[in-house]
Amino acid sequence: MTFKKPVFNAQILNHPPVEQTGVEERTVRFTKRSIKGPSKMQGLLMVLSMIDLTTLEGKDTPGKVNQLCTKAVHLHDQVPGLPTVAAICVYPSMVSIAKKALKGSSIKVASVATAFPSGQTSLRIKLADTRLAVEDGADEVDMVISRGKFLAGEYAYVFDEIASVKEVCGTARLKVILETGELGTLDQVRKASSIAIAAGADFIKTSTGKIQPAATLPVTLVMLETIRDHYHKTGKKVGMKPAGGISKSKLALHYLVMVKETLGDVWLDKHWFRFGASSLANDVLMQVAKETMGNYQSPAYFSID
Amino acid sequence: MAKQSRLEVWKTYKNYVGGQFPRTESGRSYAVKNAMGKTIANVCQSSRKDVRDGVSAARSAWSAWNNRSGFNRGQILYRIAEMLEGRKKQLSDLLVTQGYTAAAATQEINRSTDRLIYYAGWCDKYQSLFSAVNPVASAHYNFSVPESMGVVGMLAPANASLLGVVSLMAPCIAGGNTCLILADQEKPLAAVSFAEVLHSADVPGGVVNILTGYQQELIDWISSHVDVNAMVCFDQEKADWQKIQEIGAGHIKRTFQWNAKQLATAAGQSPYFIMDLQEIKTTWHPIQTIGGKGGAY
Repeated sequence: MTFKKPVFNAQILNHPPVEQTGVEERTVRFTKRSIKGPSKMQGLLMVLSMIDLTTLEGKDTPGKVNQLCTKAVHLHDQVPGLPTVAAICVYPSMVSIAKKALKGSSIKVASVATAFPSGQTSLRIKLADTRLAVEDGADEVDMVISRGKFLAGEYAYVFDEIASVKEVCGTARLKVILETGELGTLDQVRKASSIAIAAGADFIKTSTGKIQPAATLPVTLVMLETIRDHYHKTGKKVGMKPAGGISKSKLALHYLVMVKETLGDVWLDKHWFRFGASSLANDVLMQVAKETMGNYQSPAYFSID
Repeated sequence: MAKQSRLEVWKTYKNYVGGQFPRTESGRSYAVKNAMGKTIANVCQSSRKDVRDGVSAARSAWSAWNNRSGFNRGQILYRIAEMLEGRKKQLSDLLVTQGYTAAAATQEINRSTDRLIYYAGWCDKYQSLFSAVNPVASAHYNFSVPESMGVVGMLAPANASLLGVVSLMAPCIAGGNTCLILADQEKPLAAVSFAEVLHSADVPGGVVNILTGYQQELIDWISSHVDVNAMVCFDQEKADWQKIQEIGAGHIKRTFQWNAKQLATAAGQSPYFIMDLQEIKTTWHPIQTIGGKGGAY
């Protein structure tokens, strides 16, 4: 299927204002659901299968990436029957290494691109950056939007940029990082989500993980609602990826509750929902081990990542 | 109109975890009674999740506490003693409500203060005393040095409300460990109030965590917790003690049973209590002629 570059239509920005208090109160409700026993176990395993295990540091080395890939395949072999994570998320220069290390597994390789994390460069460079990742075999591309342009009101520019990157991606799925921590209000988040979706995003993603606040429940809810409205209007599904700041299993389960109650069971699948995280995996593994063995675990017995 | 009598304001006794005073996660409480069987307070009946939170607070605090100099840890222990001295009256009243005579209460507080000072002094000395430079048959320096174990789970003894807690805590934190203490079930009030002393005495949050609750309910959760590196208790029933050791063996937890009868005596304090909660690390360092001809430095 070839991608036909869409044209920006300011109509997509028309939406009722987002009521912040309402969103916040709604998200508090998601944290009150009681998930115990087998449901909790199922939820934890689902969280594991949805993780994009991430390393995005200036100090990343081939060794580090290889180690992370090994971890992705062998999460914690002491507990049999664990799923693998959904994907490994790295810088473009590490794609070929990750690709080689994950050969034979079903784990995807996601690469950030477009001058991650700031996105402060020309479109030409951004497209070259994306091309590099895709040519090296990235299955998924995580791009950042130009927040500066967005905040200056140049929505058409942002839209075209996303569409151009999507064109270069080919068969690779495109995740569009809004960096909600820099957008200011939930209304802006809604606007940016609409632009990304209309421009061809396969996933919308909250944050780079380099800015605080990163993913929060309210921000994610607004994005999920944008996805839902788009689905109702067009019948097309878009994925969601909260990233950054989700390091505890309990919080991850709250996110799953929110996805289920906003979008429904179909989205409870790694094809449509991901967690961008590095330390979350170990916390979930410790919880799974606790549920399996009956006693509280120590981080000292889990791989360092 | 009849004059209304003033309602007493009763204190709520809460846990001490991570430098804060939370209620138990479970929302449960139990009544503490005095010798006459009259309820004198309600305290938290902690659950396994409070144990979990306490251990994780102790674990987060451990690294920074362990990296402080022994001298600084000594200063802080001394400060606890100072603050305890200032709260003599409050704690003495509490002990009396729980069945101590006034004289016994004063004695217990004095002993506790002295014990803190005693261990404050040891903080920067036990390492030099128990370290060794070992003779080896190669060109190496070989050192053995005691280092803290990490997080220690502690069960306070009965009938030594305050002194028991102090005698557990002081050698533990003097050696760079952090701890989770389960206060005596029957007489927990002094332990919980002691937490307020710790709180105002420069002890970083999480270094000492104190819970109240039922020993029989929580003992398995503490002894089976893999992230608790050692466990100390007093005079357990034979079957309980065996169980603590068995469960602990699964993840090489060090287990100790100290003698409660010695608490009030000189034998109740010793650097060997510090050493119980230390691991010996041995280091090999190649010898080179420093600064000499051909030296690499």
